[in-house]
Amino acid sequence: MLRLRRDVYLQMVGDCYDKLPNEACGLMAGPSPRDDLAVGQICYPITNVAASSRVYELDPREHLRADRDAEERGLQLVGVYHSHTHTVGYPSPTDVAQAPDPAWHYVLVSLADEAPSVRSYRIVDGNISEEPVVVVD
Amino acid sequence: MSTNSVVIPRSSAVPVQVRIPTILRPDAGGAAVVTAEGATVGELFADLVAKYPAMRGKVITDDGELHKFVNVYVNDDDVRYLDKLDSKVAEGDTVSILPAVAGG
Repeated sequence: MLRLRRDVYLQMVGDCYDKLPNEACGLMAGPSPRDDLAVGQICYPITNVAASSRVYELDPREHLRADRDAEERGLQLVGVYHSHTHTVGYPSPTDVAQAPDPAWHYVLVSLADEAPSVRSYRIVDGNISEEPVVVVD
Repeated sequence: MSTNSVVIPRSSAVPVQVRIPTILRPDAGGAAVVTAEGATVGELFADLVAKYPAMRGKVITDDGELHKFVNVYVNDDDVRYLDKLDSKVAEGDTVSILPAVAGG
């Protein structure tokens, strides 16, 4: 399960709208996940160096800075989010092929409909499983 | 042997801290930071693989290139914009490895 603080949820969805027409991407940090429960406590919007509406690639230096910042706060990166601007919020074959870390939580923000949809997945050995997303105050 | 003999190191290898990403920690004995020796990033990784054989092929491909799914930094700088595996390291530097994160 992925528990997102409300401010993180809002920042993430807002970032996805801000970056239109391109895909937005960013990282989430929280305490070390336990029993498959991750908490998104900090959101780090990251530049999509692919600058594309179809693919994303995190800016490596911003990724490093987010990783260090999380560590300095006693947290760690627990996952990544990106937007699908015109398609459903389900991992694409590219997402699955390039998912680096089975411990991470992969959030997809779909802007295909009028209201944004935020869904989260685990991707382990190419197998996709959706998990609940809970927004907390 | 002369008492004046000086031991000349094979290279100017220095101990450097290497930050390991979570996904590779199981291959590095669970450590988040390890120490490796080398004068360049390539030498550091050779030492790392000698110490932790499970890391073979994870950062450097079998062809001796930096794996495309990882980013490596000397302090704040991505080695792809330095001299790649020939990038020099000095004592006190921190080398970080992170997964390259991308998708569609």
